[in-house]
Amino acid sequence: MNYFGDRKHIQGTWAFLGRLLIKALILFAIFNLLFLLLSPLPLLGPLSGYNVFFPGRARLPFGEDIERSYNISILQLEAMLNSHVISAGDKPEDEYRVLLIGDSSVWGFLLPPDQTLSATINEHNYRREDGRIVRAFNLGYPTLSLTKDLLFLNRGLRYEPDLILWFITLEALPLKKQLTSPVVQQNPEAVKTLLAAHNLQLSTAEARFVEPTLWERTIVGQHRALADWVRLQLLGVMWAATGIDHDVPAQYEHPSDDQSSDLEFQGFEEGEMAESDLGFAFLRAGINEAGSVPVIFINQPIFIANGENSEMRYNDFYPRWAYDAYRQMLARVAAEQGWGYLDLWDVVPSDAYTDSAIHYSPRGVQAVVERISQEILLPQR
Amino acid sequence: MDLIQILIFITISVLIGFLARGRWRSWAILGISSLALFWLQPASAIRHLDFWFPTLAMFLTALTWIAVRPRGQAISREDLYTFGGMTAIPILISLLRNLDRAFLITATRPPQPVGVLFAALLAGVILVILVRASKQNLLLTRLAVLLILGLFIVLKSDSLGQNLSRGLRSWTQQPAELASALDLSWLGFSYIAFRLLHTLRDAQTGKLPELSLRAFAGYVLFFPALTAGPIDRVERFQKDLGQAGRLSAEEAIAGGTRIVVGVFKKFVLADGLALIALNNSNAAQVQSSAWLWVITYAFSLRLYFDFSGYTDVAIGMAQIAGVRLPENFDRPYTRLNITAFWNSWHITLAQWFRTYFFNPLTRALRRGRIRPPAPVVIFVTQVSTMVLIGLWHGIAWNFLLWGLWHGVGLFIHNRWVNFQRANPDFLPRPLQKARAMNILSGLLTFHFVTLGWIWFVIRDVEQAWATFARLFGG
Repeated sequence: MNYFGDRKHIQGTWAFLGRLLIKALILFAIFNLLFLLLSPLPLLGPLSGYNVFFPGRARLPFGEDIERSYNISILQLEAMLNSHVISAGDKPEDEYRVLLIGDSSVWGFLLPPDQTLSATINEHNYRREDGRIVRAFNLGYPTLSLTKDLLFLNRGLRYEPDLILWFITLEALPLKKQLTSPVVQQNPEAVKTLLAAHNLQLSTAEARFVEPTLWERTIVGQHRALADWVRLQLLGVMWAATGIDHDVPAQYEHPSDDQSSDLEFQGFEEGEMAESDLGFAFLRAGINEAGSVPVIFINQPIFIANGENSEMRYNDFYPRWAYDAYRQMLARVAAEQGWGYLDLWDVVPSDAYTDSAIHYSPRGVQAVVERISQEILLPQR
Repeated sequence: MDLIQILIFITISVLIGFLARGRWRSWAILGISSLALFWLQPASAIRHLDFWFPTLAMFLTALTWIAVRPRGQAISREDLYTFGGMTAIPILISLLRNLDRAFLITATRPPQPVGVLFAALLAGVILVILVRASKQNLLLTRLAVLLILGLFIVLKSDSLGQNLSRGLRSWTQQPAELASALDLSWLGFSYIAFRLLHTLRDAQTGKLPELSLRAFAGYVLFFPALTAGPIDRVERFQKDLGQAGRLSAEEAIAGGTRIVVGVFKKFVLADGLALIALNNSNAAQVQSSAWLWVITYAFSLRLYFDFSGYTDVAIGMAQIAGVRLPENFDRPYTRLNITAFWNSWHITLAQWFRTYFFNPLTRALRRGRIRPPAPVVIFVTQVSTMVLIGLWHGIAWNFLLWGLWHGVGLFIHNRWVNFQRANPDFLPRPLQKARAMNILSGLLTFHFVTLGWIWFVIRDVEQAWATFARLFGG
């Protein structure tokens, strides 16, 4: 008899319940152990609903507000790339494939997916002299780090690019910034392989690399990553249904024309920043990694302030001395090494920036694309 | 309730099931339920409202109990203890205000104990006056019904809610221009109100059994059913509460299974579907009818898994604690007609409205001086019942239209059944018995319900109408 005086309606005793719980615990432990041993999460990456049930994303998954942007920041490289349109089948023969690598300005922060650099290039349907159509793919990802860019360049090579445009800015170059990107921290094996392959002077024992403990490698420890993978797949429905992957607010604060008088840059005082403090070796590694695929570095546009203290600083990011020194160094190294290099630092008018000194509006995008098409994409015309 | 809260409540339920028997189980349930009322109440933008709402719920419970007591019955010592306990809980919670945040049971820091003591004193005086005046129970029950309905209307109406919020903000010296009806999110009030109204109506008709305050408050505030029902009946609840048995293995397995199923439905299926379910903002963003259908289906399924998942958890926890709550869902989306759907969707709410609105109104119309024809009676009763159920979700045009949608649907189905009875050969017999006919009926019912959710989810009627048009290629 139970609480309610019923006859047994479910067969069971405390002994049965005990055995049931023990079996459940054992199964739970076995599954967690298997998960720990097999680490199947990277294997899930290629299992993607994108490019099968839903169109591939125009840019890598990144989202700060899942409910408004229908997007999620997921740090599993394979899952990220397999949700991208670049993973949709083989490269067509008549395609001249261009990869765009860089930070949030390449990804298109505060821009809808059809107004980013890659979308705007594609809109023009540029044709090379051999008849191939220029098709740009956005492999930019928010956060400033050359290591992160190198990681995506490395992964992007599997998609047979004909050209790589690597957008850079000073903020991504300091050595101490290289491991600040969560994508870098969460993919230590891939990053360490690259560091070793190119003999890059960054400690592989760096504490910022996230090396999961045994417990963190179980299903319980990885439940967040698993859930994020499932969410990314589900969000394919919203991407297909709405074409929205980013929440663009109607209003935001524009970069200020008035600047502080602070002359420090990333801990460097005026005149202190040397070439060895910056990650030029990472750029060289990119060239080496790309092999026969040409890589062109583009010094991306920055907001140039025109108010108080603007004679000392270009913007919130850069004191003039640091940025000028960087441009000189980059131009010199590029010339010495024979790198393809295009300096677009001032091509975007100040009123075409959105919320920061490196994010520009569709008008800014048009200005950049115009110069890229003139200087790089259509040199043979 | 989140997963941590569910785990804590399961543990408490198991402890109640094992350790507390008979009267002690009843005491334990009341104590835990009172604390849960404060713990589950979300924070409000209005200062201390997350403390005062649960306190008010306890006051309303005590007040209603006084109103439903048999005339002239003396207050027992046990009832006095219960009064004391119910008064002590808010005071003790307010005493925690100076402790570290980790020790707070409320979402924000509770008010000064002096203020709470004053409020307790005031509440005590009111209740004593009401006990003394309880010879006029009929008037008291009517006043209590009006008070609860009044609160209900204010909380469910955006404009009235905003006005109340403005008043409360002025009182607490907060910016009144930020007032919003969302400030007045009172956890579980809808279900508490239904339970209180049920006892008040039954007291008026003499059907309510004699209840101690302990049993009554335990019923109204029962912690597993606080957030999403179901709406039990007090006489049934009281019967379970009085059982002397302790938790059996069968109950533990059945309750545990129910909780696991509920957690899976809510936190895996419903929360997953929530990412792709129709809502106010995505309805206008979807670019094709096909995808609009997909997200509309997703909403329909999400709502079911969310609500029935919570119900499963509530029923499972209650079963472990020794109370068998009524079922609220019975595979509603597999039903073959809209009447059957409403017999299997939010069953306890539908039964509540049937008992306290539909049946009395039907009787009144049939026995009144002017006796309209049966179809008119059916139309009026079904449509008005469903409109009221709609307005229970919020006093807004979209909920009214949702109620109308279902009311008219039920009426049409009723007429169709009537027509079929009168013309049994209207549809060829083989067709009536064909499996395909059942599948077609099921699909038709599911789509009728699913399309109805558009009124429910999209607050703006014009946008809801536009969504309908787009679903059909407009």
